[in-house]
Amino acid sequence: MDRNILICGVGGQGTVLSSKLIASAFMADGEVVHSAETIGMAQRGGSVTSHIRVGRAVFSPLIPEGRGDLMLSFEPAEAVRNLNYLKADGIVIVNSHPVKPITESLKETGYDGSEMTAYLQQHYLQTYVVDSHEICRPFGSVKFFNIIMLGIACGLGALGVAQSLVVAEIEKKVKEKFVEVNKQAFAAGVKLGENYATN
Amino acid sequence: MVAGYPGTPSTEIIETIFHVPHDGVHLEWSVNEKAAMEVCASASYAGFRSLVTMKQVGLNVASDPLMSLAYVGVKGGMVIVVADDPGPISSQTEQDTRRFASFARIPVFDPASPEQAFLMVQDAFSLSEQYHTPVILRPTTRVCHGYAAIEFDEHYAPKSAEGFIKDSSKWVIFPKLSLRNHELIEKRNVQLATELSHYRFNTVLEGNRQARRAVFASGISYSYAREYQQEHQEMTLVQLGTAFPFPEEFALQILSGRDEVLCLEELSPLVEEALLRTAGRHQLKVTIRGKLSGDVPHAGELNVRLCAQILDRFYGRVAPQAIACRSDLPALPQRPPVLCAGCPHRGAFYAVKVAMKKQKAYYCGDIGCYTLGNAQPLDMVDTCLCMGAGITMAQGFSHTDPEAVSFAFIGDSTFFASGITGIVNAIYNEANIIVCILDNATTAMTGHQPHPGTGFNLMGSYVDKLKIEKILEGLGVAKLEIVDPNDLKASVAAVKACAKLRGVKAIIFRSPCISIVKSKEKCVINAKCKNCGICIKKLGCPAISMDHGQTVIDESLCVGCTLCSQICPHRAIEKVQHG
Ligand SMILES: Cc1ncc(C[n+]2csc(CCOP(=O)(O)OP(=O)(O)O)c2C)c(N)n1
Ligand code: SF4
Repeated sequence: MDRNILICGVGGQGTVLSSKLIASAFMADGEVVHSAETIGMAQRGGSVTSHIRVGRAVFSPLIPEGRGDLMLSFEPAEAVRNLNYLKADGIVIVNSHPVKPITESLKETGYDGSEMTAYLQQHYLQTYVVDSHEICRPFGSVKFFNIIMLGIACGLGALGVAQSLVVAEIEKKVKEKFVEVNKQAFAAGVKLGENYATN
Repeated sequence: MVAGYPGTPSTEIIETIFHVPHDGVHLEWSVNEKAAMEVCASASYAGFRSLVTMKQVGLNVASDPLMSLAYVGVKGGMVIVVADDPGPISSQTEQDTRRFASFARIPVFDPASPEQAFLMVQDAFSLSEQYHTPVILRPTTRVCHGYAAIEFDEHYAPKSAEGFIKDSSKWVIFPKLSLRNHELIEKRNVQLATELSHYRFNTVLEGNRQARRAVFASGISYSYAREYQQEHQEMTLVQLGTAFPFPEEFALQILSGRDEVLCLEELSPLVEEALLRTAGRHQLKVTIRGKLSGDVPHAGELNVRLCAQILDRFYGRVAPQAIACRSDLPALPQRPPVLCAGCPHRGAFYAVKVAMKKQKAYYCGDIGCYTLGNAQPLDMVDTCLCMGAGITMAQGFSHTDPEAVSFAFIGDSTFFASGITGIVNAIYNEANIIVCILDNATTAMTGHQPHPGTGFNLMGSYVDKLKIEKILEGLGVAKLEIVDPNDLKASVAAVKACAKLRGVKAIIFRSPCISIVKSKEKCVINAKCKNCGICIKKLGCPAISMDHGQTVIDESLCVGCTLCSQICPHRAIEKVQHG
């Protein structure tokens, strides 16, 4: 199978773990996987992306522009910033909760993310908007959003790898005492994704 | 033996070795790149294999040992991994380490992927042992930060060695030895070039055999060109995995009979120049295109799209309008990197700013997270040149403008790496400066590596912490203050006290980086808040923002450093326990 998945967000949002879990789930499925991180100036609040490329004829570590099948964006503006990587009919799952850069607060241009999600919904038929703070509330921390995001993609049937394989990787890669709560977070994401798929 | 100094994108090499079984390997974060290379030189003189790691600018620091080592040579294999950073994405320069290799007259391997990098390290060690020379492996950021599956022998055991055998005619560099070895090195490089003409990563993908055109690519550019080649199988694509010594025999075979050749490479036109030389020497009627002809940009990194555009132009194709550039995107907020919420550096910068409010002052920055003190609203970094230059440059300003107060800001890791000699120089030459050592107990910028002040090393030992204050006292600074940068009043007082005195004064701002300690506290805003936004405007802390006219603190980011509560004129911010 050939699949290009882009994960984007802001340093500290846990995008790297999502990327590692997806990559190893595909590998467990017998696929050839390449992935890459872009972390800029050591990620102090800057934009970060992970590129996951599944398939045998893959050479560039970053997804060639216009070839991404799926984007998991942890921040609304970061989704728009990275649209060039996505296919015209690509799938976008995007967190509506913005991370406001300090430069915004200093000059107050009014960035709140809504303009970004509206743009995505207008131009990408398959855009799914999630509010990280709301969906994470039962888990007590937005730290679980990275796992929920994977669940949503699985529930939508957009990830391209079986749910059970992702769960197996969570069991392997997450610290033991957090495995259970992460599995619950994943399940909550799957449920939401399935709802989206049927609506 | 493995030694290096952290630097993006080379840091993960040593971190990975640390996390896989490596019994029998001496592993260290050295104090800087020069130290790392010299420590490894001994190992290789004694017949052991050694690996040295650094980022490209690190090789500037280690260039002194490198240049001599190239003449002296090694016995055990020595591979120097130097990571280049086209873009540059997180570096000061866009220098090309392949150029450094050709300057030092030693071989360089240029991997196009993580898989190739893994195989090339092994080839590099064999070559190093065969020819008794240090060898460079030069991956670039996209190779370094890429992941791929590799298979390795977990039971690998380091080779044993006979130990150092004294022979001053061999190991002591003298003009006579350099003259003799220079001659031998040039002869060897001719031989090496022939051998490398058959190297497994100097390859050609021959599409149409009669093609009048061919494309040479080096490093990651080869992977980008391969993406293009998937859709244009008729093209002739050459990988040049060893830019120096240039495998002329191999290149000549490809050049002969072609009309036009394109060279895809990042940073400098090294391969292009070598092809021009080859064509000239053999009087070939072939046009060589690349950076020098204006077909490939000199600066910045390449990518699949750029390479496809260049290749389309080279082959005279009308580029398919595959990716419609969206012109209607909403304006995106900029996201420059900033000091973390609660970063102790913020308090240090702010204290100096407050203390110097009415005085003329120069703020010489250095390299680390604290370079971000340049951003608004702190705006406390006037210069940043290279590691260690903050102190020496502050000294320079103290001589050119004795009326102003000259400050140097330097992190703890940078202090150990290259700050101490600057202080010696300043004291000896009677400078009037204030050196602010931002001691956050880690090398934060590159991902929190330990250093001599942290009390542990990569061999898993707990060692005595080297105390910065003892070093400064030993050097004889005129005044030494140690303060907590999150205590604004004490910090301001320390700066003012130092500013009154002549000579070299030092303030250690000591508080750990928020990433290495878990905070149990946070700040909250109470009803007294007038939403004046002073905290935001003065400190630029990413945890505080204005939400529809209301000042809010993001609980998930705040670590309770209380700097904002210390400057709030309305006493509207309080510290509470987390949870
Ligand atoms: C010659 C050289 N080697 C390595 C680096 C990579 N590098 C950037 S910042 C830094 C050290 C930062 O540590 P520290 O001085 O403690 O400051 P902090 O980031 O902790 O604030 C290093 C090693 C470099 N820029 N130049
Ligand atoms: S990582 Fe540490 S030193 Fe760097 S900005 Fe954050 S708190 Fe400051």
